[in-house]
Amino acid sequence: MDKDREGIDFLTQKEYEYGFVTDIEMDLAPKGLNEEIIRMISGKKGEPEEVLRWRLKAYRGWTKMKEPRWAFIEYPSIDYQDIYYYAAPRKKKRPKSMDEVDSEIVATFNKLGISLEEQEALSGVAVDAVMDSVSVATTFKKKLKELGIIFLSISEAIREYPDLVRKYLGSVVAPNDNFFAALNSAVFTDGTFVYIPKGIRCPMELSTYFRINAAQTGQFERTLIVADKESYVSYLEGCTAPIRDENQLHAAVVELVALDGAEIKYSTVQNWYAGDKEGKGGIYNFVTKRGLCGNNSKISWAQVETGSAITWKYPSIILRGDNAVGEFHSVALTNNYQQADTGTKMIHLGKNTRSTIISKGISAGHSNNSYRGLVKIGPKADNAKNYSQCDSLLIGNKCGAHTFPYIEVNNPTANVEHEATTSKISEDQLFYCNQRGIGTEEAIGLIINGYAREVFKRLPMEFAVEAQKLLAVRLEGSVG
Amino acid sequence: MLEIHNLRVSINGNRILKGINLFINAGEVHAIMGPNGSGKSTLAHILAGRDGYVVEEGEVLFNGKDLFALSPEERAWEGLFLAFQYPIEIPGVSNATFLKTALNEIRKHRGLPELDAMDFLTTVRKRMKLVDMDPSLLGRPVNEGFSGGEKKRNEILQMAVLEPRLAILDETDSGLDIDSLKTVANGVNSLRNKDNAILVITHYQRLLDYIVPDYVHVLFDGRIVESGDKTLALDLERKGYDWIKEKTAES
Repeated sequence: MDKDREGIDFLTQKEYEYGFVTDIEMDLAPKGLNEEIIRMISGKKGEPEEVLRWRLKAYRGWTKMKEPRWAFIEYPSIDYQDIYYYAAPRKKKRPKSMDEVDSEIVATFNKLGISLEEQEALSGVAVDAVMDSVSVATTFKKKLKELGIIFLSISEAIREYPDLVRKYLGSVVAPNDNFFAALNSAVFTDGTFVYIPKGIRCPMELSTYFRINAAQTGQFERTLIVADKESYVSYLEGCTAPIRDENQLHAAVVELVALDGAEIKYSTVQNWYAGDKEGKGGIYNFVTKRGLCGNNSKISWAQVETGSAITWKYPSIILRGDNAVGEFHSVALTNNYQQADTGTKMIHLGKNTRSTIISKGISAGHSNNSYRGLVKIGPKADNAKNYSQCDSLLIGNKCGAHTFPYIEVNNPTANVEHEATTSKISEDQLFYCNQRGIGTEEAIGLIINGYAREVFKRLPMEFAVEAQKLLAVRLEGSVG
Repeated sequence: MLEIHNLRVSINGNRILKGINLFINAGEVHAIMGPNGSGKSTLAHILAGRDGYVVEEGEVLFNGKDLFALSPEERAWEGLFLAFQYPIEIPGVSNATFLKTALNEIRKHRGLPELDAMDFLTTVRKRMKLVDMDPSLLGRPVNEGFSGGEKKRNEILQMAVLEPRLAILDETDSGLDIDSLKTVANGVNSLRNKDNAILVITHYQRLLDYIVPDYVHVLFDGRIVESGDKTLALDLERKGYDWIKEKTAES
């Protein structure tokens, strides 16, 4: 009678749905990293001299830095000279409308179900489509421009708004902040720049779809979002990548600046190729994400992390202004041999600052899933408050869940709460569901969605639906 | 409806069921009684498809189909329902979501249209009255923080909503006070009809005062050693299980 169910440790994985490679001519720099390559990248981008100097400084700093190894992840050492640092879809000229976009690229997006036309016409989402390293299409620019909102690829922004970009670039994540941020600062090839003027509420969700497309090409995105005083913006980031045998390095930097009274919501659904069932291949994702809050401002990170072979990511918030609010809501799912070391840092510097951390880890297969978080209350942060809740859910008995909370309090008026739970989807629960007519995969979906509901609620509606489906897909076949 | 032929089952090498024969027709209520360790719950679990048991011999037909060829959820779709002795808690999943998912899965496999939220709620509220359950329990996570009585009522509510052809009640009376017992029994009785059947598994005769069986079987040491009508349960209550032990030893 056991032939239909072999127990929940039988974890297999559905082949990666979006694993295809688009055939577009590549403009490739030679492998390896040196000052010449950086000069070439900067030249290709038509950047001002000052930005080149900024890159070179970051590079020189990077050569003196050591790759961090404190995270609870294991991977073979990366040969940084064996990576391509520049690849761009060969462009004839900059497309002015969708008709001018490479039909191959449009087809790729269609396969992913994120057709630009559809999004343009139906969903009211402006998409800055990033294909490898160069923006190939930017929509809704005009509408946004009327409000004075700038939504551009960062390269364009550097050319068109050099003073504005230079004022904030590296202001939250300094070029020498950490090994991967320094690497990114030296070689970032594209990304997004958003500026919301004073008092403006951005009327649509801004979003970027990432797609890594060239074999062995590191992807170094740089995102900078500046919300001027009393403004509001919600930004969505969603990602897929094609199957590759070799590990692909990804080291992005995201900087958020919320000036006094501003609010930024940043939502991510991440589904990069995580490697096969044996743990071969997959993306290495080393990301630095950080926001800076002025007085009475608010930054919220909401993320659903399901992909990548390795995730090293701590979207953080510096609550510098008084009464600033920081939120971090995260679901991180690992399956097979995936490893995730992820969490957040909440740095309270201003008075009456508040932060909330809700982290939901889900581990299946042979994966390891760690929450690592820091709550720091500075000496001047009177009446600062933090609430942290870190939950772990285990599926099967070969996976691991770990929690590394760090709390530093330097002000006696602080109020810091931390709660943590670990639970497991049991055979009993699955049998109970089965007996009521609910198949095992459906049952796991039901339990997972219930468990992560608190985070889904924080995502924009269409993202929440996508995220729920994604979790189910990522665990499909995980139970025999 | 259910035919059990010479069923022999072991767990971890220990033989628990040693040749069970049992036939249940539509419209009948059967009770299986027996002392602790006689194999009652094993029988319930193996019929529902729980893992970890080895069928060494015998065959079970449910609606003419080989039961052991079906997965637990397929058995549920076919109309087999087990009211658990210890209902399972599922944190984070509301009772309503759970029950709606279950009902629609079963309807889907029976070629019926799925119920939308409104129709579902109408159905469920009606059924909740049967077992005198507080409507607020619908919004709570499945069985989490429920009292023992609430859990058992919840099992019967699920049974009422899912409308099984064969319901197996595994020690549904255990841990219930007399009022709850009556409520649960009334709920079960109101679901009795000529098309379905109920198998009541119990240690005590008490429940059978309220759910009156057509047949009573005594399970002892993995075998049905005595079958009769409802008076057998009364005899058993009066004479105790030692009477059966002695009787079995003699034969």
